[in-house]
Amino acid sequence: MAFIEASGLAKSFGARHVLDRVSITVDKGEFVSIVGFMGCGKSTLLNLLSGVTEPDSGTISIDGTALQGIARQASIVFQNYSLLPWFSALENVRLAVDAARPGWTRAEQKEQSERYLQLVGLGNAMHRRPSQLSGGMRQRVAIARAFATDPEVLFLDEPFGALDALTRGSLQQELARLCSEAGRPVTTVMITNNIDEALLLSDRIIPMTKGPRATLGSPVAVDLAKPRSADQLAHDEHAILARAHVVECLSDHLHASRARPDRTRHEPPPSFSSVAVEKAGI
Amino acid sequence: MNLKRLGHFCLPLIGIAFAGVAWWFASTQVTDLPSPLKTWEESKLYLLEPWAKRGEMDQGMGLLAYYSLVRVAYGFSLGILIGTPLGFLLGVSGTMHRMLDPVIQILRPISPLAWLPLGLVLFQKSEPAALFAIAVCSMWPTVLNTMAGVRAIPQDYWNIAKVLRLSRFTTFTKIVLPAALPQMFTGFRLSLGIAWLVIVAAEMLTGTPGVGGFLWQEYNSLIYSHILLAILTIGIVGFLLDRMMGLAEARLRAL
Repeated sequence: MAFIEASGLAKSFGARHVLDRVSITVDKGEFVSIVGFMGCGKSTLLNLLSGVTEPDSGTISIDGTALQGIARQASIVFQNYSLLPWFSALENVRLAVDAARPGWTRAEQKEQSERYLQLVGLGNAMHRRPSQLSGGMRQRVAIARAFATDPEVLFLDEPFGALDALTRGSLQQELARLCSEAGRPVTTVMITNNIDEALLLSDRIIPMTKGPRATLGSPVAVDLAKPRSADQLAHDEHAILARAHVVECLSDHLHASRARPDRTRHEPPPSFSSVAVEKAGI
Repeated sequence: MNLKRLGHFCLPLIGIAFAGVAWWFASTQVTDLPSPLKTWEESKLYLLEPWAKRGEMDQGMGLLAYYSLVRVAYGFSLGILIGTPLGFLLGVSGTMHRMLDPVIQILRPISPLAWLPLGLVLFQKSEPAALFAIAVCSMWPTVLNTMAGVRAIPQDYWNIAKVLRLSRFTTFTKIVLPAALPQMFTGFRLSLGIAWLVIVAAEMLTGTPGVGGFLWQEYNSLIYSHILLAILTIGIVGFLLDRMMGLAEARLRAL
């Protein structure tokens, strides 16, 4: 049984049907990326999976129990950092640790928070406020906050979307390292519009068609050993193929929806076989 | 010193000088209005011996202002003690807001002069009636600004509380309160201004010692220069109070 199981999810905002009959499963310890265009409903889907918003219909279960409110043992990283400006980096992390570990002593809570800030390279900046930190450093704080509660599930909503290319690259590597170094398998769902980012980090990539009534395309498995490097992805045959498939799926659907003016009834997007990707070799 | 800095320093003084000249000119036209110089001559005793106590109303200006300030402090504290929680309630709960907004909009424009007799009916004594009038008049800016501050909290911050599964108490102390604090303080500042306006009216009506009480008694004793002394004192003390709150507010926003 999959760790995260969601089926038949639908969500509308007023008359706008953002999601319609979306199903997804994620195995324990798996890193899944959902890739799609801006505004296709990716964030809405992630908010449903993490329990931030409730679906109009459909079911979600995590580790066998139906989701109610925010998933227990889940951490969420948002694109806009979501740090509290009146607290220092340390206090922001502590807010999460204190809430998740009420049984710990204050010293233990503080030590845990400091440890994770050191892990993301903010050992010297932990007493600064978000306004005194760069965008990359702020997102490091948010990542430290997410990992400091020892989550079993991690939801990442375009975590590197607001960062410049260089910062983005180093933070992606950092995230991969934190995931692999965590004491237990961390099941991760990441939302992104950057295919290279998805290839770098994911076990499986799921393309998402453009909304309204967005649905998910067939997943593409990325069977490459981790950690991966951007250089490796640029030359590896398997990676190139996987990339091509995701691009193809996204653009196919884009053409299809352009060709057909009637946007109210969408058939499932043209699916393609992920077998081809797996055959292409490891 | 360049011209601009000189202007910063001199222009306010020139403005005050103009006001003084206008006062002097008015005094030459109206027989009962004392000139600035005559006002100073007749009231310098109250300023040079600010802490002297000669009778119930016949006291130094410092002492009279002190009585008024103490009264304002009590009334204002009472006002924000009631106003702040009310503001939070209205900010968080849409139901409460819809229910109480009409009541507030009707109570808000009522003059302190109208509240005071009601206070006297309710409490029988002048001192609690004055506090009642100050509290009930000055609390509205605090209520409305606290409410607006809470309502303006970005969804992001509520999401943090939700995602981190913070308790209600922690959400309030760590997120709602700090987020609304700057605007709450703007409300406090406006409330203090109103409380100072009300105190004069309250003292005039109840005849209790203080700047307002002094003003009314000197009017009844036909010592007009002391009216002007009291008016100027009220203005200057009010200005200083607002400046103090302004400085505190600026420090708060800089955090």
